[in-house]
Amino acid sequence: MTLAIKATGLAKAYGDVVALNGIDIEVEQGTVLGLLGPNGSGKTTTVRILATLLQADSGTASVGGFDVATQPDEVRSVIGLTGQYAAVDEYLTGRENLELFGRLFHLSKFDAAKRAAELLDRFDLSDAADRGIKGYSGGMRRRLDLAASLIGRPNVLFLDEPTTGLDPRSRQGMWEVIEDLISEGTTVLLTTQYLEEADQLANRIVVLDHGNVIAKGTSNELKSQVGGDRIEIVVESVGDVANAAGLIQEFGSAPAITEDLTKTILLPVAGGSTAIVNIVRKLDENKISIADIALRRPTLDDVFLSLTGHATENTEEVSKPAKGRRGRKARS
Amino acid sequence: MSTLTTDSVKEVTAPRPRFGWLITDSISVSRRHLLKITRVPESLFFALIQPVMFVLLFAFVFGGAIDVGPGGAQAYREYLIPGILAQTVMFAVAGITVGITEDASKGIMDRFRSLPMRPGAVLTGHTLASLLQNILVIAILSITGLAVGWRIHNGFSDAALAYLMFASFAYAITWVGAWIGLHMPNSEVAGTAGLAWIFPFTFASNIFTPVATMPSWLQPFVLWNPVSCLALAARQLFGNPTPLIGDSFPERYPVQLSFAYCFLLLAIFAPLAVRAFKTRNK
Repeated sequence: MTLAIKATGLAKAYGDVVALNGIDIEVEQGTVLGLLGPNGSGKTTTVRILATLLQADSGTASVGGFDVATQPDEVRSVIGLTGQYAAVDEYLTGRENLELFGRLFHLSKFDAAKRAAELLDRFDLSDAADRGIKGYSGGMRRRLDLAASLIGRPNVLFLDEPTTGLDPRSRQGMWEVIEDLISEGTTVLLTTQYLEEADQLANRIVVLDHGNVIAKGTSNELKSQVGGDRIEIVVESVGDVANAAGLIQEFGSAPAITEDLTKTILLPVAGGSTAIVNIVRKLDENKISIADIALRRPTLDDVFLSLTGHATENTEEVSKPAKGRRGRKARS
Repeated sequence: MSTLTTDSVKEVTAPRPRFGWLITDSISVSRRHLLKITRVPESLFFALIQPVMFVLLFAFVFGGAIDVGPGGAQAYREYLIPGILAQTVMFAVAGITVGITEDASKGIMDRFRSLPMRPGAVLTGHTLASLLQNILVIAILSITGLAVGWRIHNGFSDAALAYLMFASFAYAITWVGAWIGLHMPNSEVAGTAGLAWIFPFTFASNIFTPVATMPSWLQPFVLWNPVSCLALAARQLFGNPTPLIGDSFPERYPVQLSFAYCFLLLAIFAPLAVRAFKTRNK
């Protein structure tokens, strides 16, 4: 096993605000690590340190076998970075941007042009290649930005919230592109606030909150931390909620949770599908009509909620109005 | 997988950072800025229109009220043009301050800093592009000057030296702008701050009015002001009117002093700006 990224005890504070509180990260060569957490959890700080843009207060890190603090040039020649916003020149065309970055990667003029054409083609930007970026859609900008980060054929790719702010279709497109890269064996460190994104793309997930690693493992390992399957039953009338919960308790693996307002009963179960049949039969025998019944497997949302005590949606809402005046240093 | 790794390791260790990269990287970056000028020709247009308006305003509106010695209005126009040239290279600095702040507050600076390019090249490229734009503005302004009656009296070599001096000063002073730009929180602030320090240097100078008309407590500042030196030196080299107030050092050796200022500005602010660039947000 070769580690493409290894960080030990990384810590960073901006004045009094602790962004990273001594975290350890290991990413095996050719795998994808999802760094999951709300805004302000330390995701971007981690990426910026690993990509040599920021100096850690303490701790060590190596990327592609090179130390980020003492060998930044070597690190820069093996990494690609795609940030939260498209890091391209608005006034240049897509091709001019890629050729500029190719030249700055010290490719020859010929190679830079060839590589730019290759990437434009690959990311479906050939038609727009000679138009100014100003006319690009959000999805096209992100694809160009990703293309720019691949100019030097990086071994290690940092994707800092690659789909934040994209509409669902562009997001899906971006995922497909990233999945392709992953299948080619690129090591990827991906930060995201979207649990389904980490679920979809990452082999292993590290959950960050307030600069601390609060959980790590595969998606399945994390899900099993919150427990197994649950059956969600919605009954027709409020009066039946307590009664029904009592009747079906024998099929559960833990006490049922009831919610009168939504007429919902949540029952943790061991064997999901047989339990459903039993529950339906039992309630039917007792003349309790069911509006809806479903087997729920825990999502990463549940994981996050149980680990942090707050859902990801909340943090996102809080962060939104602050976006405009958010200073450079306040980034997560 | 394993072959891919060894290949890329070879690729990585081969190109060690070289000094030549500073030059090629700078050219790449300045090409970016020059392309930008062709995409937004308005920026060049307004960079030109402003000094041309100053020429017309002072040549025909205010000029009659300013006395630079014998020769009347014609003498004033000859006095004015070297001053406007000095003013123009000063005002151009505000542009680079805003440009650098804008870049730094956008993702593209992160992109540059994550590439294996020489860090200084982002700034040298920007300042070189700004110099080229300045040279163009100086050329067009000189033609405007000739049209309103300004003349070069002292021959080719002196005139060439004067233009070399303007170009050197234009380049050196942009590094001050770059350094300021790297300390500004956003481009709005950069727009104001980038101009604020330029005003006293530009207007508490001899570019529009002779030093003798100013209060005596202000005169030492005006005499030693690099902008005054530049304008006085250019007037000497072009053979335009140079109303002097005495024989102080800056009045005796304006050309030498101007080049010394260029050297000093560059020696102080280029390293400061590169350092600020490297440590920004670290």
